[in-house]
Amino acid sequence: MEKMSRVTTALSSNTISGRTMFCHLDAPANAISVCRDATQVVVAGRNIFKIYGLEEEQFVEKLNLRVGRKPSLNFSCADVMWHQMEENLLATAATNGAVVTWNLGKPSRNKQDQLFTEHKRTVNKVCFHPTEVYMLLSGSQDGFMKCFDLRKKESVSTFSGQSESVRDVQFSMKDYFTFAASFENGNVQLWDIRRPDRYERMFTAHTGPVFCCDWHPDDRGWLATGGRDKMVKVWDMTTNRAKEIYCVQTIASVARVKWRPERKFHLATCSMMVDHNIYVWDIRRPFIPFATFEEHKDVTTGIVWRHQHDPHFLLSGSKDSTLYQHMFKDATRPVDKANPEGLCFGLLGDLAFAAKESLISSDANRKPYPGGDRRYPIFFFKKPDPTEQFAHVSSALSVFETDLDSNRMDWFVKTAQLYLLSGKPFAELCDHNAKVAQELKRPQVSTTWTMLRIMFSDPANLTTPGPNHNLSKLGTLPLMNSFSMKEMGSGMGTESRLERSKGDSRQDNIHLEPGNSHISNNNEENEETEGSDGQAEYMFGDAELDDDDLYSVEHDNQTEEQEYALPQEAFQLRHEIMDNPSAPEHLQQDKADSPHVSGNEAEVTCLTPIESFSLISISQPLYSPHLPASFFCPIVREMLSYYAEQGDVQMAVSVLIVLGDRIRKEIDDLTQEHWYMSYIDLLQRFELWNVSNEVIKLSTCSAITCLNQTSTTLHINCSNCKRPMSNKGWICDRCHQCASVCAVCHHVVKGLFVWCQGCSHGGHLEHMMNWLKSSAHCPAGCGHLCEYT
Amino acid sequence: MEVQDQESLGRWDGLGSRDVSSRTEAMENICQDVMRKVEAIGPMPALAPSPPASGSPPNSDLNDILAHLLMLSKRCPFEDVKEQCIRLLQAVQDLGVRIPRPLGNGPSRFIPEKEILQVSKVDARTQSIFEDAFAALGRLDNISLVMGFHPQYLESFLRTQHYLLQMDGPLSLHYRHYIGIMAAARHQCSYLVNLHVNDFLQVGGDPKWLNGLDEAPQKLQQLGELNKILAHRPWLLTKEHIERLLKAEEHSWSLAELIHAVVLLTHYHSLASFTFGCGITPEIHCNGGHTFRPPSLSQYCMCDIANGNGHANHHDDLLGNQDMCGEVEVLMERMKQLQECRDDEEASQEEMATRFEREKTESMLVVTAEDEECVPSRDISRHFEDPSYGYKDFSRRGEHVPTFRVQDYSWEDHGFSLVNRLYPDVGQMLDEKFQMAYNLTYNTMATHKDVDTSMLRRAIWNYIHCMFGIRYDDYDYGEINQLLDRSFKIYIKTMVCSPEKTTKRMYESFWRQFQHSEKVHVNLLLMEARMQAELLYALRAITRYMT
Repeated sequence: MEKMSRVTTALSSNTISGRTMFCHLDAPANAISVCRDATQVVVAGRNIFKIYGLEEEQFVEKLNLRVGRKPSLNFSCADVMWHQMEENLLATAATNGAVVTWNLGKPSRNKQDQLFTEHKRTVNKVCFHPTEVYMLLSGSQDGFMKCFDLRKKESVSTFSGQSESVRDVQFSMKDYFTFAASFENGNVQLWDIRRPDRYERMFTAHTGPVFCCDWHPDDRGWLATGGRDKMVKVWDMTTNRAKEIYCVQTIASVARVKWRPERKFHLATCSMMVDHNIYVWDIRRPFIPFATFEEHKDVTTGIVWRHQHDPHFLLSGSKDSTLYQHMFKDATRPVDKANPEGLCFGLLGDLAFAAKESLISSDANRKPYPGGDRRYPIFFFKKPDPTEQFAHVSSALSVFETDLDSNRMDWFVKTAQLYLLSGKPFAELCDHNAKVAQELKRPQVSTTWTMLRIMFSDPANLTTPGPNHNLSKLGTLPLMNSFSMKEMGSGMGTESRLERSKGDSRQDNIHLEPGNSHISNNNEENEETEGSDGQAEYMFGDAELDDDDLYSVEHDNQTEEQEYALPQEAFQLRHEIMDNPSAPEHLQQDKADSPHVSGNEAEVTCLTPIESFSLISISQPLYSPHLPASFFCPIVREMLSYYAEQGDVQMAVSVLIVLGDRIRKEIDDLTQEHWYMSYIDLLQRFELWNVSNEVIKLSTCSAITCLNQTSTTLHINCSNCKRPMSNKGWICDRCHQCASVCAVCHHVVKGLFVWCQGCSHGGHLEHMMNWLKSSAHCPAGCGHLCEYT
Repeated sequence: MEVQDQESLGRWDGLGSRDVSSRTEAMENICQDVMRKVEAIGPMPALAPSPPASGSPPNSDLNDILAHLLMLSKRCPFEDVKEQCIRLLQAVQDLGVRIPRPLGNGPSRFIPEKEILQVSKVDARTQSIFEDAFAALGRLDNISLVMGFHPQYLESFLRTQHYLLQMDGPLSLHYRHYIGIMAAARHQCSYLVNLHVNDFLQVGGDPKWLNGLDEAPQKLQQLGELNKILAHRPWLLTKEHIERLLKAEEHSWSLAELIHAVVLLTHYHSLASFTFGCGITPEIHCNGGHTFRPPSLSQYCMCDIANGNGHANHHDDLLGNQDMCGEVEVLMERMKQLQECRDDEEASQEEMATRFEREKTESMLVVTAEDEECVPSRDISRHFEDPSYGYKDFSRRGEHVPTFRVQDYSWEDHGFSLVNRLYPDVGQMLDEKFQMAYNLTYNTMATHKDVDTSMLRRAIWNYIHCMFGIRYDDYDYGEINQLLDRSFKIYIKTMVCSPEKTTKRMYESFWRQFQHSEKVHVNLLLMEARMQAELLYALRAITRYMT
């Protein structure tokens, strides 16, 4: 024991050295503090009160101040401070409201010196005067700050914070008489130690408690505060009104803040909840921490720079019962990991790109993007600052505009606006949408709609003499019975795949063309002669009659072989198509043949290639009224996924809505939700609010429909007294005036009400529109320059 | 069914408007509607007075409307609607249709109706809050009416509740109501359960779930355990419980959802305490709030009798008052003494610690009601499992509530941040509500004015936390013994730990000279302290899970 008491006077070498190291404590720490010569650190917590020596390679326990058989609550420390002038003097704040001072020079085992029990509630903070030996300040939950003269038995003055709990008190480094106190209600007060009756100055620094504050060690006027609102603010106190000069947003409430020695713009913070890291910020770059220490496994409760003139050593204590010495050179630098290049797409396909200037200028002579026709390089330079540790960086921002015609999204907007998704019988919707797609030169989409109509229309409603006729012609051969369902499925998969890929394949796969165009054009023909559905189908059926006969004979003879042959063929075709470069079909549309031309072509070729026969002949039974609509679901599902994957989520969602219950069960909810979300997102980016709302309304996913039930609250001010309206109706609580009076005609507005967010005045939409056309000022005469956009 | 719901929903909407003419219009529509329905069933009820309790199907719809009208005629904050409802009911009665009458007297069994209803007439602020609440919900529930004694608090309470149930949040609307039902059912609070069963169905909840927790989705079933522990022994909550909820594959909860659920659970547990503590009676338009039976000899409803709430009590009360004349003065004297003599005898730290322990164990020994196991009423118990699990006196069995140091995990520093992080804005609202409840004072005690009641309020708050094992290092638990007498402690203990056992006798036997509004104030304190205690345990477990 005697050895231990002696250590306090030993050691006074000024050179600090060491490495990142830690030691286990027996209990969670609440606060730590270092002695002036940076050789020892005191750790205090509910169940711990120890002094550790800081040696080259390790922490060495020097002294346990927690003595006695049954340690009292006076040892349960919320805060601890080592005097910066007198190396034997320590003060602690106890959770039971006691302020205790400790004299390490005492010969006895118990070093407790003085005990002040004047506070009624937990003492949150104690602070020694930086230059005065005997002056100690405390701040407590009971709302009082007390100044003690250690030569006396009781406090010399008491400062009242008006019953708000005090969270931190800090003597100013430079002004002898000034101290700052931060409060649970978000205020910060400045006091003159000589005037206990009234604070010198008060301002609201944060919303919610201000947990900590710290004066800048060099700059007289700067005070950093940290609060529960996850912000660190730096205030300039030299002016009349405290001015916020810097603000750093952190990700959790700020428990401690400490300026970094010798670095004017750096400060360290740690959090009270959730986040265990210690951050060192450069306050001028508030978005990314300058350095991070990630060693602790639980909340960091105390941080302190080891020496007041050495910026390279940081000590920290934590709830995870460890005490760390962090070397600054071992810190992680989040900046290094951050992506130095930024890339963003604009709505209309423009592309912005920001990167280090050196990166861009090196190949500046090369045109970075062949499609781009213009380029705006914008350079940002930072003034070089000798004290700064950042590399001198300048970055360039380039904006690439896309060719106006190549990537237009007009079709998307038009389609969204013109499509009908509900309100008419199914067949009409399909026809309408097919026509819309046709007009926008998207024959593939158009065909898909037509196909859908044919597939899912109720056979009873549809006058389809064609197929019936056909079947009767086929006589006693019941096609359906001889096919297994599986076989049919695969066959049809082929066909629809063929169809979908028609747009692509037309360019490159000439050998496929006949079959493709044959099918599609048959459908188009159907459409063109749309006078009566029945007739169209009749024609279709008739044309196929021969093939059918042919096929059915074949089928009769060699069922087995047929089963194999068909899928094989199907897959081959598909593979070839898949290999095609999948350019967006609307781009190619310009070059593509007009439907009419290809229609003719089809007529020419329709009888030739044998492959197409089998395909089409299978398609024959599609029109049989005996097929249940659900039969097509697998194909449609595949088709929808195909569109979605192609990026045409619009088609997927539109079909989904139009088909409704017919297809909904086939597709899992998550996928549906995903499609809906994507489509709605797109619509909203194009400001197609009405359409997006319609989609939300028509969707059957619960996750989507609830979208337009969220955020339906509008916060408004009373136009009369400018206070927020809390009532449900249109009568203001405070001034009992109707707030919805039109500023132009002075009548109560019923219906559309438009108001200025700046001055809260408003009125009938039309009146306001007209008024603001002719005048820039608010019609209410408040002088506000309203804007109508 | 759907159509009917839609129709009946729309029917009452207009009445909440602040605009007189639109209220009148809505009222006229209702009049016509009712008259049509009355004519439709014709003179049947007059000819054959079928037992109305069974409610023949065509009749029940009308009966619901009549019950609603009755509620409006009594509770609507708008005088014009009130009058018209009365007139309409009269007219219907004149046509020979049996109309309902309210059961019980006013919103609370403990507090005279007159006193409660008077409040809104005097205080413009209360009136305006009532109107808001009515506009938002189409009803003014009894809880709000009773809280109307304390408009500042009521405002904050309603705002929070509205946000929790209606506004943006991670849980869907019917989930929220169902969780409310689960929580209230834990304390067999049929009042809250009925209220939320209606709401639950209105927002499109699946009626099947109401058959019991077994029928609800797996996800909600898993919440049952948390509900049970939180309600009765929150200190047993560990991070393993949280982990089980968050890591349950497809039925797992997200952290944000869990926080929302936890806030809802604690809200409704403590609200159940308030409901029983103030003896809130069933809503007039809900089951058990009205009857079509003509008044009979026995004026009291079953529950009154079950709780030993006869007529005789009132006489007791009067006598008691005379006996206990000096109670308030004694209490004030003690507060004064404590304030002055604080520093005289500084108790040693060990002494303080033992005082806390003593208070904690003693609180365990405070006998609640008679020990008879009261059987949960028919349809409430199915919303939770394991009905036998309740608050038990641990010390008797040698078990021990571990001590939770508030300095290590407090609402202000830790709980708030966690809640606000995962469920934005709610932390702020709860914070305001807690502060409002804790700091609310009119500086009066019974008939005395200008009294600093902070000491008393703190004693109550800390006593409740003490029952949950939460300790404030800076509080001398000896004060509690000085300030809270035995009957008050019994009341607190019953209300917090097994609220369903609260009786009128208990309510009347503490603080006899105090006014009802002050007793409601105490109830608010109890409710918020309990909520915070539960929240602290739940949030600590979540924090531990996260670290």
